[in-house]
Amino acid sequence: MVSQPLPLARPGAPLARRNPVAKLAAGTAFSLPLLSTLDPLTPALGLAVALAAVPGFGVRYRDLARRSWPLLAGALTAFLTMLVFGTVHSGSTWLGLGPWRLTTGTVVAAAGLALRLLAVSLPGVLVFASTDPTDLGDALVQNARLPARFALGALAAFRLVPLLGQEWRLLGLARRARGVDAGRSPVARVRLFAARSFALLAGAIRRGTRLAVAMDARGFDSGLPRTAARVQRVGPADWLLVVLAGGLAAAALAASLAAGTFRPLGG
Amino acid sequence: MATATVRLRGFGWRHAGRRRYALRGVDLSVGRGERVLLLGPSGAGKSTLLAALAGLLATDSGQAEGECVVDGRAGIVFQDPSTQLVMARAGDDVAFGLENLAVPAGQIWPRVDAALRAVGFGYPRARSTHALSGGEQQRLALAGVLALRPALLLLDEPTANLDPAGAALVRAALAAALPADTTMILVEHRVAESLPLVDRVLVLGGDGTVTADGAPAQVFAGHGATLAAQGVWVPGLAVPSRRGTGPAGPDLLAGTALGYRHPGAATPALSHVDVSVPAARALAVTGPNGAGKSTLALLLGGLVRPDTGTVAATAALAGHHAGTPPYRWRAATLARHIGSVFQNPEHQFLTGRVDTELALGPRRAGLAAPAVRSIVDELLVRLRLDPLAGANPYTLSGGQARRLSVATALAASPGMLVLDEPTFGQDRRTWCDLVDLLAGVRDAGRAVVLVTHDADLVTALADRRLDLPPGPADPDPVAPPARVAVDGVAAAGAGDRPW
Repeated sequence: MVSQPLPLARPGAPLARRNPVAKLAAGTAFSLPLLSTLDPLTPALGLAVALAAVPGFGVRYRDLARRSWPLLAGALTAFLTMLVFGTVHSGSTWLGLGPWRLTTGTVVAAAGLALRLLAVSLPGVLVFASTDPTDLGDALVQNARLPARFALGALAAFRLVPLLGQEWRLLGLARRARGVDAGRSPVARVRLFAARSFALLAGAIRRGTRLAVAMDARGFDSGLPRTAARVQRVGPADWLLVVLAGGLAAAALAASLAAGTFRPLGG
Repeated sequence: MATATVRLRGFGWRHAGRRRYALRGVDLSVGRGERVLLLGPSGAGKSTLLAALAGLLATDSGQAEGECVVDGRAGIVFQDPSTQLVMARAGDDVAFGLENLAVPAGQIWPRVDAALRAVGFGYPRARSTHALSGGEQQRLALAGVLALRPALLLLDEPTANLDPAGAALVRAALAAALPADTTMILVEHRVAESLPLVDRVLVLGGDGTVTADGAPAQVFAGHGATLAAQGVWVPGLAVPSRRGTGPAGPDLLAGTALGYRHPGAATPALSHVDVSVPAARALAVTGPNGAGKSTLALLLGGLVRPDTGTVAATAALAGHHAGTPPYRWRAATLARHIGSVFQNPEHQFLTGRVDTELALGPRRAGLAAPAVRSIVDELLVRLRLDPLAGANPYTLSGGQARRLSVATALAASPGMLVLDEPTFGQDRRTWCDLVDLLAGVRDAGRAVVLVTHDADLVTALADRRLDLPPGPADPDPVAPPARVAVDGVAAAGAGDRPW
């Protein structure tokens, strides 16, 4: 028995209920256009839209903040790094220490980067937080026409991942029981880590092979067309979600153009 | 005999890269609706035969000879529950096979529900497969196969990984769910428990041929002694008893008010356990699943640090190291004083050869090469591993791997040995070897701690028993009742199995 991460989203929420492939498409249609500009306004608008959509996915802001703290930390790090090492200098100088200057331009560029990072990744976080892996596998096969061998095989393998943490710990304890530890030597530590990783990998391959045999024994990938016990449909609401996502991203770009802040990537 | 489901004529199979045939010259016919128990020593080719019947021997993975015909679909249930469930939810897992066979969508869920009902699966379809016990998972795996309505059901040691309660669940499901016209071939070490399910016993000899075939009573009357010597658990045959006779030695290790919570777990695996481990005694730790038996083994083995309470070694065990608790010892020190044998032998193998695996402990303890050599040679012979000295430990059979994992712990000559389910899924011969070996270890004045569900093992070997109560199912602010260490299990009588 292995504990699974708790679901982040309430499954009945209007956007969480959408077809998983449609959600993926909507996330892509929303995020990609935001990458086309370096200004902070476009991603700020995008982020505002994404944050406004959070309740629609049945996710509570508090849970979202808790789950996505690595992302927030990453955005903050990017912001600070750009402040220190940024080379875009323009506008008024806020602070000067020898050759280093903090200007309006630096701050704007740094904010743009941090906001882009958040605005582009938040839709992905929402899509995966509100999508059951089984539904995603079903939809990839039924709607996106991915081969079942790939989509369901990956899904089954994914279920063995939580076992790896347990396995890693047991391998470490078993090594200690055999009288093997690294002590203070860093070289021994690296060698031990490598050997333990190899044992973990070998065990994972053995388990994966057993699972594949069990799947074959139940007629998986026998060349027959499969039927679907759980039907995934793409309805008008799903199309609407994709169109709306693309439209909102376009609107954010239009607002940036109108405000005169638009700075095309590589331009 | 009615129409045959299985017909083999001179069938043989050699795995790619092996010189020896796993099976050869097998002639066999199994009629529709027959229930067969397939027996044979470890390595006789039982699993290979089932794989052949299930159609799982790919033509490029070895060489076949003779004829193997199965009339109708075959379904197979394997040993390890965690690697045969495919989907996250119970109902979806049963549906998986039906989808593969292109059963029309409208018929899938009624068949799923019927299969789940037939095996007595007590949860809704949406039940997470991760949240099931091993016995429940195997029931579910059985439902997934039966939903496909196979003409031939193959079971490859379906209860070997389960505790007695889980194994009973699976046997009850089999007895209730198998349609009358479904043929069954069962491979199982524990014969007595399986006999109510079968009407024919078939024995494969060590050379891959059929050596006995007939009604259970007839086969065991005619071949009982031979089968027992080959490792088959012949029903009604007593197991050796190796209770300790000498006086108990000094205490080697004491655990006081031990408690431990696994990282990330909501409730402690163990709380308020007191235990002492005397020399020249075998202590059995028993109790239901989830009682924390394996956790206690890790604590006594010096592998994890208790959250509450203390584990202290005495000078009788560890000399000047007794001042520090075992979990703080360097690994080499630990292995010299306390040996631990894990439930899964493969976790403990560190090298690519059986003999270097055995040499590792003594060599790390600083012994000279000739001394290491003599320890290795003695253990190889003692555990019948000498023909396999150059083999890779990962290629050993279950029984061989178990014997090797015990031998590696013994090679470092620890004063105390902690074993987690050492007899799980073992054949009779390996079982008797282990009992002999562990009795010898104990009688040489060392301590043996056995964490086990195996009532026969407790009866045969244990001088004392520590019975852990069921683990906390939900967080309970009240401490569970104190554990009782029972001295002198002999007083309970050999046939008495209260748990």
